[in-house]
Amino acid sequence: MFNTRHLQLTEQGKLRHFLSIEGLDRSLLTEILDTAESFAGMSEQQVKKYPLLRGKTIVNLFFENSTRTRTTFDLAATRLSADVLNINIATSATAKGESLLDTIRNLEAMQVDMFIVRHALSGAAHFIAQHVSSGISVINAGDGQHAHPTQAMLDMFTIRRIKKQFAGLRVAIIGDILHSRVARSQIHALNTLGVEEVRVIAPKTLLPAHAESLRVTVSHDIQQGLQDIDVIIMLRLQKERMSGALLPSEREYFKCFGLSEEKLQIAKPDAIVMHPGPINRGVEIASSVADGPQSVILQQVNYGIAVRMAVMSMAMPIREDRHD
Amino acid sequence: MTDHNLEIPLLLDNLEAALRQKIHARHLDEPIMIGIHTGGVWVAEELHRRLHIQEPLGKLDISFYRDDFSQVGVNPKVRPSQLPVHIEGRNILLIDDVFYTGRTIRAALNEIFDYGRPSQVLLGVLIERDGRQIPLRPDCCGAIISLRAGQRIKLTGPEPLGIVLREIAERAA
Repeated sequence: MFNTRHLQLTEQGKLRHFLSIEGLDRSLLTEILDTAESFAGMSEQQVKKYPLLRGKTIVNLFFENSTRTRTTFDLAATRLSADVLNINIATSATAKGESLLDTIRNLEAMQVDMFIVRHALSGAAHFIAQHVSSGISVINAGDGQHAHPTQAMLDMFTIRRIKKQFAGLRVAIIGDILHSRVARSQIHALNTLGVEEVRVIAPKTLLPAHAESLRVTVSHDIQQGLQDIDVIIMLRLQKERMSGALLPSEREYFKCFGLSEEKLQIAKPDAIVMHPGPINRGVEIASSVADGPQSVILQQVNYGIAVRMAVMSMAMPIREDRHD
Repeated sequence: MTDHNLEIPLLLDNLEAALRQKIHARHLDEPIMIGIHTGGVWVAEELHRRLHIQEPLGKLDISFYRDDFSQVGVNPKVRPSQLPVHIEGRNILLIDDVFYTGRTIRAALNEIFDYGRPSQVLLGVLIERDGRQIPLRPDCCGAIISLRAGQRIKLTGPEPLGIVLREIAERAA
Protein backbone atom coordinates (compact mmCIF):
# COMPACT_ATOMS: atom_id res chain seq x y z
CA MET A 1 0.00 0.00 0.00
CA PHE A 2 2.82 2.35 0.94
CA ASN A 3 6.41 1.77 0.01
CA THR A 4 7.92 1.71 3.45
CA ARG A 5 11.14 -0.24 3.40
CA HIS A 6 13.36 2.72 2.65
CA LEU A 7 11.48 4.80 5.19
CA GLN A 8 11.50 2.27 8.01
CA LEU A 9 15.12 1.16 7.97
CA THR A 10 18.47 2.89 8.22
CA GLU A 11 21.23 2.23 5.70
CA GLN A 12 22.56 -0.35 8.13
CA GLY A 13 19.19 -2.14 8.16
CA LYS A 14 18.25 -0.99 11.66
CA LEU A 15 14.77 0.16 12.58
CA ARG A 16 14.35 3.89 11.91
CA HIS A 17 10.58 4.27 12.03
CA PHE A 18 8.01 1.55 12.76
CA LEU A 19 5.14 2.16 10.36
CA SER A 20 3.98 -1.18 9.02
CA ILE A 21 4.97 -4.85 8.95
CA GLU A 22 5.22 -4.66 5.16
CA GLY A 23 8.80 -4.15 4.07
CA LEU A 24 10.31 -5.75 7.19
CA ASP A 25 11.91 -9.17 6.93
CA ARG A 26 11.74 -12.16 9.23
CA SER A 27 15.03 -11.45 10.96
CA LEU A 28 13.94 -7.96 11.99
CA LEU A 29 10.54 -9.17 13.24
CA THR A 30 12.34 -11.90 15.18
CA GLU A 31 14.71 -9.30 16.63
CA ILE A 32 11.70 -7.32 17.88
CA LEU A 33 10.24 -10.46 19.49
CA ASP A 34 13.59 -11.39 21.08
CA THR A 35 14.08 -7.91 22.49
CA ALA A 36 10.52 -7.96 23.83
CA GLU A 37 11.29 -11.29 25.46
CA SER A 38 14.09 -9.64 27.43
CA PHE A 39 11.80 -6.82 28.55
CA ALA A 40 9.11 -9.32 29.56
CA GLY A 41 11.48 -10.58 32.27
CA MET A 42 11.21 -7.23 34.03
CA SER A 43 8.25 -8.29 36.14
CA GLU A 44 10.67 -10.05 38.50
CA GLN A 45 12.39 -6.80 39.35
CA GLN A 46 11.45 -4.73 42.36
CA VAL A 47 12.05 -1.57 40.37
CA LYS A 48 10.10 -1.96 37.15
CA LYS A 49 12.15 0.48 35.16
CA TYR A 50 15.13 0.39 32.85
CA PRO A 51 17.30 3.49 32.41
CA LEU A 52 17.55 2.95 28.64
CA LEU A 53 15.65 6.00 27.37
CA ARG A 54 16.45 8.35 30.23
CA GLY A 55 16.38 11.92 29.01
CA LYS A 56 14.40 11.09 25.87
CA THR A 57 11.01 12.66 25.23
CA ILE A 58 8.27 10.64 23.60
CA VAL A 59 5.14 12.35 22.34
CA ASN A 60 1.81 10.55 22.12
CA LEU A 61 0.03 12.08 19.14
CA PHE A 62 -3.39 10.44 19.22
CA PHE A 63 -5.69 11.95 16.64
CA GLU A 64 -8.07 9.06 17.32
CA ASN A 65 -9.13 7.76 20.71
CA SER A 66 -7.72 4.60 22.19
CA THR A 67 -7.45 3.76 25.84
CA ARG A 68 -5.60 0.48 25.75
CA THR A 69 -3.04 1.31 23.08
CA ARG A 70 -2.21 4.72 24.50
CA THR A 71 -1.98 3.41 28.05
CA THR A 72 0.40 0.60 27.11
CA PHE A 73 2.56 2.96 25.04
CA ASP A 74 2.61 5.29 28.05
CA LEU A 75 3.57 2.53 30.41
CA ALA A 76 6.19 1.18 28.00
CA ALA A 77 7.82 4.59 27.68
CA THR A 78 7.72 5.15 31.43
CA ARG A 79 9.32 1.77 32.12
CA LEU A 80 12.14 2.76 29.78
CA SER A 81 12.56 5.95 31.85
CA ALA A 82 11.54 8.26 28.99
CA ASP A 83 9.47 11.38 29.55
CA VAL A 84 6.05 11.21 27.96
CA LEU A 85 4.06 14.06 26.55
CA ASN A 86 0.39 13.42 25.81
CA ILE A 87 -1.01 15.85 23.29
CA ASN A 88 -4.74 16.09 23.54
CA ILE A 89 -5.58 16.76 19.92
CA ALA A 90 -9.19 17.66 20.59
CA THR A 91 -8.13 20.71 22.60
CA SER A 92 -4.85 21.40 20.83
CA ALA A 93 -3.98 23.91 18.18
CA THR A 94 -4.90 21.37 15.48
CA ALA A 95 -8.51 21.85 16.49
CA LYS A 96 -7.97 25.58 16.10
CA GLY A 97 -6.91 25.13 12.50
CA GLU A 98 -3.16 24.55 12.75
CA SER A 99 -1.99 22.16 10.05
CA LEU A 100 -0.55 18.78 10.94
CA LEU A 101 2.90 19.79 9.74
CA ASP A 102 2.85 22.98 11.77
CA THR A 103 1.98 20.96 14.86
CA ILE A 104 4.89 18.62 14.09
CA ARG A 105 7.32 21.50 13.51
CA ASN A 106 6.40 23.04 16.84
CA LEU A 107 6.92 19.79 18.70
CA GLU A 108 10.25 19.30 16.91
CA ALA A 109 11.32 22.70 18.12
CA MET A 110 10.78 21.41 21.66
CA GLN A 111 13.53 18.81 21.05
CA VAL A 112 11.42 15.69 21.29
CA ASP A 113 12.79 12.31 20.15
CA MET A 114 9.84 10.16 19.10
CA PHE A 115 6.24 10.45 17.96
CA ILE A 116 3.66 7.75 18.62
CA VAL A 117 0.98 8.44 16.03
CA ARG A 118 -2.61 7.22 15.90
CA HIS A 119 -4.77 8.63 13.14
CA ALA A 120 -8.06 7.80 11.43
CA LEU A 121 -6.48 8.32 8.01
CA SER A 122 -4.44 5.59 6.35
CA GLY A 123 -0.89 6.76 5.74
CA ALA A 124 -0.83 9.48 8.41
CA ALA A 125 2.17 7.99 10.23
CA HIS A 126 4.04 7.62 6.92
CA PHE A 127 3.31 11.20 6.07
CA ILE A 128 4.72 12.38 9.39
CA ALA A 129 7.75 10.08 9.07
CA GLN A 130 8.51 11.58 5.67
CA HIS A 131 8.54 15.06 7.10
CA VAL A 132 10.19 14.84 10.51
CA SER A 133 13.80 15.83 10.97
CA SER A 134 16.45 13.12 11.11
CA GLY A 135 16.66 13.02 14.90
CA ILE A 136 13.05 11.92 15.39
CA SER A 137 11.44 8.51 14.99
CA VAL A 138 7.80 7.75 14.29
CA ILE A 139 5.87 4.73 15.56
CA ASN A 140 2.54 3.92 13.97
CA ALA A 141 -0.07 3.19 16.64
CA GLY A 142 -2.79 2.59 14.06
CA ASP A 143 -3.62 4.49 10.87
CA GLY A 144 -7.06 4.23 9.28
CA GLN A 145 -7.66 0.83 7.76
CA HIS A 146 -4.02 0.43 6.84
CA ALA A 147 -1.84 -0.89 9.66
CA HIS A 148 -1.45 -1.41 13.38
CA PRO A 149 2.01 -2.96 13.51
CA THR A 150 2.63 -2.95 17.28
CA GLN A 151 -0.68 -4.75 17.86
CA ALA A 152 0.33 -7.35 15.27
CA MET A 153 3.73 -7.79 16.92
CA LEU A 154 2.23 -8.28 20.38
CA ASP A 155 -0.05 -10.91 18.85
CA MET A 156 3.00 -12.61 17.30
CA PHE A 157 4.73 -12.42 20.68
CA THR A 158 1.74 -14.04 22.37
CA ILE A 159 1.63 -16.82 19.77
CA ARG A 160 5.38 -17.51 20.04
CA ARG A 161 5.30 -17.53 23.84
CA ILE A 162 2.54 -20.13 23.91
CA LYS A 163 3.15 -22.16 20.73
CA LYS A 164 6.97 -21.77 20.82
CA GLN A 165 7.35 -21.47 17.03
CA PHE A 166 5.50 -20.33 13.92
CA ALA A 167 6.36 -23.19 11.56
CA GLY A 168 3.45 -25.56 11.10
CA LEU A 169 0.82 -23.33 12.73
CA ARG A 170 -2.58 -22.76 11.15
CA VAL A 171 -4.03 -19.42 12.19
CA ALA A 172 -7.61 -18.30 11.64
CA ILE A 173 -8.53 -14.62 11.62
CA ILE A 174 -12.27 -14.27 12.00
CA GLY A 175 -14.53 -11.30 11.48
CA ASP A 176 -14.41 -7.87 9.95
CA ILE A 177 -11.28 -8.21 7.83
CA LEU A 178 -12.38 -5.43 5.50
CA HIS A 179 -12.17 -2.61 8.03
CA SER A 180 -9.41 -4.07 10.18
CA ARG A 181 -5.92 -2.58 10.15
CA VAL A 182 -5.04 -5.14 12.82
CA ALA A 183 -5.90 -8.03 10.48
CA ARG A 184 -3.84 -6.54 7.67
CA SER A 185 -0.76 -6.22 9.86
CA GLN A 186 -1.30 -9.67 11.38
CA ILE A 187 -1.50 -11.33 7.96
CA HIS A 188 1.79 -9.73 6.88
CA ALA A 189 3.49 -10.68 10.14
CA LEU A 190 2.24 -14.28 10.17
CA ASN A 191 3.32 -14.86 6.57
CA THR A 192 6.71 -13.22 7.13
CA LEU A 193 7.31 -15.35 10.22
CA GLY A 194 6.45 -18.48 8.26
CA VAL A 195 3.24 -20.01 9.60
CA GLU A 196 1.76 -22.93 7.67
CA GLU A 197 -1.49 -21.18 6.82
CA VAL A 198 -3.35 -17.96 7.46
CA ARG A 199 -7.07 -18.50 7.03
CA VAL A 200 -9.50 -15.62 7.04
CA ILE A 201 -13.09 -16.44 7.92
CA ALA A 202 -15.67 -13.76 7.22
CA PRO A 203 -18.88 -12.99 5.36
CA LYS A 204 -18.23 -11.87 1.80
CA THR A 205 -19.29 -8.33 2.66
CA LEU A 206 -16.53 -8.00 5.29
CA LEU A 207 -13.65 -9.21 3.12
CA PRO A 208 -11.54 -6.96 0.93
CA ALA A 209 -11.91 -7.63 -2.80
CA HIS A 210 -8.30 -8.72 -3.16
CA ALA A 211 -8.22 -10.99 -0.09
CA GLU A 212 -6.42 -13.93 -1.77
CA SER A 213 -3.60 -11.69 -2.91
CA LEU A 214 -2.65 -11.26 0.76
CA ARG A 215 -1.47 -14.90 0.84
CA VAL A 216 -4.42 -16.21 2.84
CA THR A 217 -6.98 -18.92 2.31
CA VAL A 218 -10.55 -17.69 2.50
CA SER A 219 -13.53 -19.33 4.12
CA HIS A 220 -17.07 -18.08 4.52
CA ASP A 221 -18.08 -20.89 6.83
CA ILE A 222 -16.79 -20.85 10.41
CA GLN A 223 -17.62 -24.52 11.00
CA GLN A 224 -15.42 -25.59 8.11
CA GLY A 225 -12.89 -22.85 8.62
CA LEU A 226 -12.03 -23.77 12.21
CA GLN A 227 -10.87 -27.28 11.40
CA ASP A 228 -7.19 -28.01 12.28
CA ILE A 229 -6.71 -24.47 13.60
CA ASP A 230 -4.02 -23.79 16.27
CA VAL A 231 -4.64 -20.08 16.83
CA ILE A 232 -7.95 -18.22 16.59
CA ILE A 233 -7.85 -14.46 16.28
CA MET A 234 -11.25 -12.82 16.65
CA LEU A 235 -11.71 -9.29 15.37
CA ARG A 236 -14.01 -6.70 16.84
CA LEU A 237 -17.15 -6.20 14.86
CA GLN A 238 -17.14 -2.47 14.39
CA LYS A 239 -20.66 -1.79 15.59
CA GLU A 240 -20.70 1.63 14.03
CA ARG A 241 -20.85 -0.13 10.65
CA MET A 242 -23.68 -2.46 11.63
CA SER A 243 -26.35 -0.05 10.47
CA GLY A 244 -25.11 -0.28 6.90
CA ALA A 245 -26.14 -2.99 4.49
CA LEU A 246 -23.08 -5.11 5.30
CA LEU A 247 -24.76 -7.24 7.95
CA PRO A 248 -28.25 -8.25 9.01
CA SER A 249 -28.05 -7.98 12.82
CA GLU A 250 -25.74 -8.62 15.76
CA ARG A 251 -27.64 -11.77 16.72
CA GLU A 252 -27.48 -13.09 13.20
CA TYR A 253 -23.77 -12.29 13.06
CA PHE A 254 -23.05 -14.13 16.31
CA LYS A 255 -24.96 -17.13 15.04
CA CYS A 256 -22.93 -17.28 11.82
CA PHE A 257 -19.49 -15.93 12.76
CA GLY A 258 -19.39 -15.50 16.54
CA LEU A 259 -17.10 -17.80 18.51
CA SER A 260 -19.16 -19.96 20.84
CA GLU A 261 -17.95 -22.85 22.99
CA GLU A 262 -19.43 -25.33 20.51
CA LYS A 263 -17.61 -23.81 17.56
CA LEU A 264 -14.37 -23.58 19.52
CA GLN A 265 -14.43 -27.36 19.86
CA ILE A 266 -14.00 -27.69 16.10
CA ALA A 267 -10.49 -26.24 16.32
CA LYS A 268 -7.58 -28.22 17.74
CA PRO A 269 -8.01 -29.02 21.46
CA ASP A 270 -5.01 -26.85 22.40
CA ALA A 271 -6.04 -23.92 20.20
CA ILE A 272 -5.70 -20.48 21.77
CA VAL A 273 -8.22 -17.66 21.40
CA MET A 274 -7.02 -14.11 20.86
CA HIS A 275 -8.76 -10.76 20.44
CA PRO A 276 -7.17 -7.31 20.05
CA GLY A 277 -9.96 -5.71 22.12
CA PRO A 278 -12.22 -4.07 22.89
CA ILE A 279 -14.49 -7.12 23.01
CA ASN A 280 -18.14 -7.08 22.03
CA ARG A 281 -19.36 -9.92 24.22
CA GLY A 282 -22.11 -11.89 22.58
CA VAL A 283 -21.45 -10.32 19.18
CA GLU A 284 -18.19 -11.77 17.88
CA ILE A 285 -17.29 -13.86 20.93
CA ALA A 286 -19.24 -15.57 23.71
CA SER A 287 -18.40 -14.42 27.23
CA SER A 288 -17.67 -17.99 28.26
CA VAL A 289 -15.02 -18.23 25.51
CA ALA A 290 -13.51 -14.79 26.19
CA ASP A 291 -13.11 -15.73 29.87
CA GLY A 292 -12.45 -19.42 29.24
CA PRO A 293 -9.30 -21.49 29.65
CA GLN A 294 -8.23 -21.19 26.00
CA SER A 295 -8.46 -17.39 25.99
CA VAL A 296 -5.17 -15.47 26.11
CA ILE A 297 -6.75 -12.05 25.68
CA LEU A 298 -5.42 -10.56 28.92
CA GLN A 299 -1.95 -11.97 28.27
CA GLN A 300 -2.01 -10.06 24.99
CA VAL A 301 -2.57 -6.82 26.86
CA ASN A 302 0.28 -7.57 29.24
CA TYR A 303 2.69 -8.52 26.44
CA GLY A 304 1.77 -5.32 24.63
CA ILE A 305 3.95 -3.41 27.08
CA ALA A 306 7.10 -5.48 26.47
CA VAL A 307 6.61 -5.40 22.70
CA ARG A 308 6.16 -1.62 22.68
CA MET A 309 9.26 -1.24 24.86
CA ALA A 310 11.18 -3.28 22.28
CA VAL A 311 9.97 -1.25 19.32
CA MET A 312 10.59 2.08 21.07
CA SER A 313 14.10 1.21 22.15
CA MET A 314 15.00 -0.22 18.74
CA ALA A 315 13.65 2.74 16.78
CA MET A 316 15.01 5.43 19.08
CA PRO A 317 17.49 7.43 17.00
CA ILE A 318 21.11 7.07 17.96
CA ARG A 319 23.49 9.98 17.90
CA GLU A 320 25.84 10.15 14.94
CA ASP A 321 28.79 11.43 16.95
CA ARG A 322 29.57 7.98 18.27
CA HIS A 323 32.94 7.29 19.82
CA ASP A 324 34.23 4.56 22.11
CA MET B 1 51.61 -9.08 24.23
CA THR B 2 52.40 -9.05 27.90
CA ASP B 3 54.78 -11.04 30.00
CA HIS B 4 51.95 -12.40 32.05
CA ASN B 5 51.08 -16.03 32.03
CA LEU B 6 47.48 -16.05 30.87
CA GLU B 7 46.75 -19.73 31.26
CA ILE B 8 43.07 -20.18 32.09
CA PRO B 9 43.52 -22.87 34.79
CA LEU B 10 46.03 -20.69 36.61
CA LEU B 11 43.81 -17.61 36.39
CA LEU B 12 40.87 -19.59 37.73
CA ASP B 13 42.99 -21.00 40.57
CA ASN B 14 44.14 -17.52 41.53
CA LEU B 15 40.63 -16.09 41.42
CA GLU B 16 39.21 -18.99 43.40
CA ALA B 17 41.85 -18.60 46.10
CA ALA B 18 41.30 -14.84 46.31
CA LEU B 19 37.55 -15.29 46.57
CA ARG B 20 37.87 -17.91 49.29
CA GLN B 21 40.07 -15.60 51.30
CA LYS B 22 37.74 -12.58 50.91
CA ILE B 23 34.59 -14.63 51.59
CA HIS B 24 36.17 -15.77 54.84
CA ALA B 25 37.51 -12.35 55.84
CA ARG B 26 34.23 -10.57 55.17
CA HIS B 27 32.00 -13.31 56.56
CA LEU B 28 30.00 -13.66 53.35
CA ASP B 29 27.71 -16.44 54.47
CA GLU B 30 25.55 -18.31 51.98
CA PRO B 31 26.55 -16.09 49.07
CA ILE B 32 24.72 -15.84 45.76
CA MET B 33 26.95 -15.89 42.70
CA ILE B 34 26.01 -13.79 39.69
CA GLY B 35 27.85 -13.87 36.34
CA ILE B 36 27.72 -11.08 33.78
CA HIS B 37 26.90 -12.20 30.23
CA THR B 38 28.66 -13.63 28.34
CA GLY B 39 32.22 -14.29 29.52
CA GLY B 40 31.41 -13.59 33.15
CA VAL B 41 28.80 -16.34 33.15
CA TRP B 42 31.34 -18.85 31.84
CA VAL B 43 33.81 -17.94 34.59
CA ALA B 44 31.04 -17.94 37.19
CA GLU B 45 29.85 -21.40 36.16
CA GLU B 46 33.32 -22.77 36.89
CA LEU B 47 33.70 -20.92 40.20
CA HIS B 48 30.17 -21.85 41.26
CA ARG B 49 31.25 -25.51 41.03
CA ARG B 50 34.60 -25.00 42.70
CA LEU B 51 33.23 -23.02 45.65
CA HIS B 52 30.28 -25.40 46.14
CA ILE B 53 27.77 -22.58 46.21
CA GLN B 54 24.33 -23.84 47.16
CA GLU B 55 22.13 -21.21 45.55
CA PRO B 56 21.63 -21.47 41.77
CA LEU B 57 23.82 -19.25 39.61
CA GLY B 58 22.40 -15.87 38.62
CA LYS B 59 22.99 -14.45 35.14
CA LEU B 60 22.94 -10.77 34.35
CA ASP B 61 22.64 -9.12 30.94
CA ILE B 62 23.44 -5.48 31.50
CA SER B 63 22.50 -4.29 28.00
CA PHE B 64 19.51 -2.30 29.23
CA TYR B 65 21.71 -0.52 31.78
CA ARG B 66 24.60 0.49 29.53
CA ASP B 67 25.55 4.14 29.50
CA ASP B 68 26.20 4.30 25.75
CA PHE B 69 22.66 3.60 24.50
CA SER B 70 22.48 7.05 22.92
CA GLN B 71 25.51 6.22 20.79
CA VAL B 72 25.05 2.54 19.94
CA GLY B 73 21.35 1.78 20.38
CA VAL B 74 19.84 -1.37 21.80
CA ASN B 75 21.85 -4.58 21.64
CA PRO B 76 19.95 -7.02 19.42
CA LYS B 77 21.16 -10.02 21.39
CA VAL B 78 19.96 -9.23 24.87
CA ARG B 79 19.21 -12.26 26.99
CA PRO B 80 16.84 -11.90 29.89
CA SER B 81 18.64 -11.57 33.20
CA GLN B 82 17.98 -14.49 35.50
CA LEU B 83 18.27 -14.00 39.24
CA PRO B 84 16.66 -17.16 40.60
CA VAL B 85 16.97 -16.12 44.23
CA HIS B 86 15.73 -12.97 46.00
CA ILE B 87 18.81 -10.87 46.61
CA GLU B 88 17.36 -8.62 49.28
CA GLY B 89 19.74 -8.65 52.25
CA ARG B 90 21.96 -11.34 50.71
CA ASN B 91 25.70 -11.47 50.00
CA ILE B 92 26.57 -11.39 46.34
CA LEU B 93 29.65 -12.57 44.46
CA LEU B 94 29.57 -10.66 41.18
CA ILE B 95 31.77 -12.26 38.51
CA ASP B 96 33.01 -10.93 35.17
CA ASP B 97 35.74 -12.00 32.76
CA VAL B 98 37.69 -8.79 32.13
CA PHE B 99 37.68 -5.60 34.18
CA TYR B 100 38.57 -2.66 31.95
CA THR B 101 36.83 0.73 32.12
CA GLY B 102 34.52 -0.20 34.99
CA ARG B 103 31.39 0.82 33.08
CA THR B 104 30.04 -2.72 32.84
CA ILE B 105 30.28 -3.09 36.60
CA ARG B 106 28.52 0.22 37.18
CA ALA B 107 25.68 -0.98 34.93
CA ALA B 108 25.60 -4.37 36.67
CA LEU B 109 25.38 -2.78 40.12
CA ASN B 110 22.53 -0.56 38.97
CA GLU B 111 20.67 -3.58 37.64
CA ILE B 112 21.28 -5.64 40.78
CA PHE B 113 19.89 -2.87 42.95
CA ASP B 114 16.73 -2.80 40.84
CA TYR B 115 16.11 -6.34 42.05
CA GLY B 116 16.61 -5.49 45.71
CA ARG B 117 19.13 -4.25 48.27
CA PRO B 118 21.90 -6.76 48.84
CA SER B 119 23.89 -6.85 52.07
CA GLN B 120 27.34 -6.93 50.44
CA VAL B 121 28.61 -7.22 46.89
CA LEU B 122 32.04 -8.63 46.16
CA LEU B 123 33.50 -8.26 42.66
CA GLY B 124 35.72 -10.99 41.20
CA VAL B 125 37.19 -10.91 37.69
CA LEU B 126 39.44 -13.27 35.80
CA ILE B 127 41.64 -10.45 34.47
CA GLU B 128 42.00 -6.84 35.53
CA ARG B 129 43.59 -4.59 32.91
CA ASP B 130 44.44 -0.91 33.01
CA GLY B 131 42.14 1.73 31.53
CA ARG B 132 39.72 2.46 34.37
CA GLN B 133 37.36 5.34 33.63
CA ILE B 134 35.32 5.40 36.82
CA PRO B 135 36.30 4.86 40.46
CA LEU B 136 35.51 1.15 40.78
CA ARG B 137 37.92 -1.75 41.20
CA PRO B 138 37.52 -5.50 41.61
CA ASP B 139 38.00 -7.08 45.03
CA CYS B 140 39.55 -10.24 43.59
CA CYS B 141 41.19 -11.07 40.29
CA GLY B 142 43.07 -13.89 38.58
CA ALA B 143 45.73 -11.57 37.16
CA ILE B 144 46.44 -7.88 36.68
CA ILE B 145 47.88 -7.00 33.28
CA SER B 146 48.96 -3.90 31.43
CA LEU B 147 47.89 -3.32 27.83
CA ARG B 148 48.18 -0.48 25.35
CA ALA B 149 45.08 1.61 24.69
CA GLY B 150 44.50 -0.02 21.30
CA GLN B 151 44.60 -3.55 22.67
CA ARG B 152 41.56 -5.56 23.68
CA ILE B 153 41.52 -8.78 25.60
CA LYS B 154 38.58 -11.12 25.35
CA LEU B 155 37.54 -14.43 26.81
CA THR B 156 36.40 -17.08 24.33
CA GLY B 157 34.35 -20.11 25.24
CA PRO B 158 32.50 -21.73 26.78
CA GLU B 159 34.28 -25.03 25.98
CA PRO B 160 37.18 -24.68 26.25
CA LEU B 161 37.77 -21.25 27.74
CA GLY B 162 40.50 -19.29 25.99
CA ILE B 163 41.91 -15.79 25.81
CA VAL B 164 42.47 -13.73 22.68
CA LEU B 165 44.32 -10.48 22.45
CA ARG B 166 43.69 -8.24 19.48
CA GLU B 167 44.63 -4.82 18.25
CA ILE B 168 41.79 -2.51 17.30
CA ALA B 169 42.03 0.58 15.17
CA GLU B 170 42.27 3.65 17.36
CA ARG B 171 39.28 5.97 17.18
CA ALA B 172 39.33 9.60 17.99
CA ALA B 173 37.99 9.86 21.51
